[in-house]
Amino acid sequence: MSKVRVLVGTKKGAFVLTSDGKRQKWEVGGPHFAGWEIYHIKGSPADPNRLYASQTSGWFGQIIQRSDDGGKTWIQPGTPPGEPTTTPQGMPKGESNKFVYDASAETGKPLTTHQWYDGTQHPWEFKRVWHLEPSLGDPNTVYAGVEDAALFRSSDGGKSWHELAGLRGHGTGPRWQPGAGGMCLHTILVDPANSKRMFVAISAAGAFRTDDGGKTWRPINRGLRSQFIPDPNAEVGHCVHRIALHRSRPNVLFMQKHWDVMRSDDGGDSWREVSGNLPTDFGFVIDVHAHEPETIYVVPIKSDSEHYPLEGKLRVYRSRTGGNEWEALTSGLPQHDCYVNVLRDAMAVDSLDSCGIYFGTTGGQVYASADAGGNWAPIVEHLPAVLSVEVQTLS
Amino acid sequence: MIRVVLPAHLRTLAHVNREVKLEVKGQVTQRSVLDALEASYPMLRGTIRDHVTQQRRPFLRFFACEQDLSLDPPDAALPEAVGSGTEPFIIIGAIAGG
Repeated sequence: MSKVRVLVGTKKGAFVLTSDGKRQKWEVGGPHFAGWEIYHIKGSPADPNRLYASQTSGWFGQIIQRSDDGGKTWIQPGTPPGEPTTTPQGMPKGESNKFVYDASAETGKPLTTHQWYDGTQHPWEFKRVWHLEPSLGDPNTVYAGVEDAALFRSSDGGKSWHELAGLRGHGTGPRWQPGAGGMCLHTILVDPANSKRMFVAISAAGAFRTDDGGKTWRPINRGLRSQFIPDPNAEVGHCVHRIALHRSRPNVLFMQKHWDVMRSDDGGDSWREVSGNLPTDFGFVIDVHAHEPETIYVVPIKSDSEHYPLEGKLRVYRSRTGGNEWEALTSGLPQHDCYVNVLRDAMAVDSLDSCGIYFGTTGGQVYASADAGGNWAPIVEHLPAVLSVEVQTLS
Repeated sequence: MIRVVLPAHLRTLAHVNREVKLEVKGQVTQRSVLDALEASYPMLRGTIRDHVTQQRRPFLRFFACEQDLSLDPPDAALPEAVGSGTEPFIIIGAIAGG
């Protein structure tokens, strides 16, 4: 029988929630890495027991953790316990936590500054890993989206990391500027039909695409309209919160922007708004049903200064038409006095026949629906603030 | 032997329960102690000093012999009592945040 494993990153540790395919009874494992911010945990599609986690702290910096047994045990891939702590040449290990921006001449355009809040140029400074995206085919290859915004890749199971510097170096980097949450690369999508094509999104720079495996990149923000940007056709500067795609149609992208829900039917070359009848089109998450590529989900949030649902009612909105026509899903969700937020990496879907939808809140609840959003129930209610939710469907 | 006291989260990362003891060659300074610490416990690289700049992370402080040594130059000699192992070199997380 199928099983579901939900990987939850919170402000104070990681939790692993498991259930059988009915998704009615859940076991809660954790906290792992208690006391640390876990920005993201994600499993390899090629080996579900291979998990990667971003463990971070304002005190102690960035740690990368890896599990090879589905989250039961964890190692820092650069320094597994029991192994020698130095290389045969006597060099210390511990490189798995090291994210160093590429400033080499080989990149062609070493880039060391971006736009700061006051309009001056500011050096890139590594702060943390926001998102880990394992390769679709190789458990040892994983991408990391970091703050300050850049994309790194490891091809040795997380032991060492190298920047795909063409992203920062393609030309618009000096015009990127931090959003309120920092200048983070938070979304990484690998095209399931074309491993050379990837999409990333950066707050507050926009969306970018590579068609050559990460060597060269270009902005894909045509059609985005962002309040307070004087040029309505600005190439970059858009605060994209999340992008999602369905694996059967990777040319169709759905985006929750700061304000506006957007859609592209040409791999990001152009975008059009599909906010339609949403009560507010501000929000963070967006995701696609596992089996219905035109069915998408968002959680509308009141505004960019009021990061909670409208009227204190926690409502997921579903569109079965790829946008524009939305219905509120409320059964089992609090419909009064609810003032939580749902952050950008905190929604995911499983791939069981009746698609399960999951999201976590800053109030520490993780909600699940085993019927594509019709009915919801909390799996857990009192975790630390949830930063990310990922789901693995296990056979 | 030099004695080093780590904050709880770094003890967890390094898989140690108590203070650690290190052999330090040459002059005993912040830099030489931290170099020896990271050589023995490489999983701590980057957690106390930035990987690239080697600067102390902002919310960590260094104490020994009831003195705050955080702002001392990294190559300044540490107190003799640290060098002799009488007193530990203490790495402490600042009380910050919530």
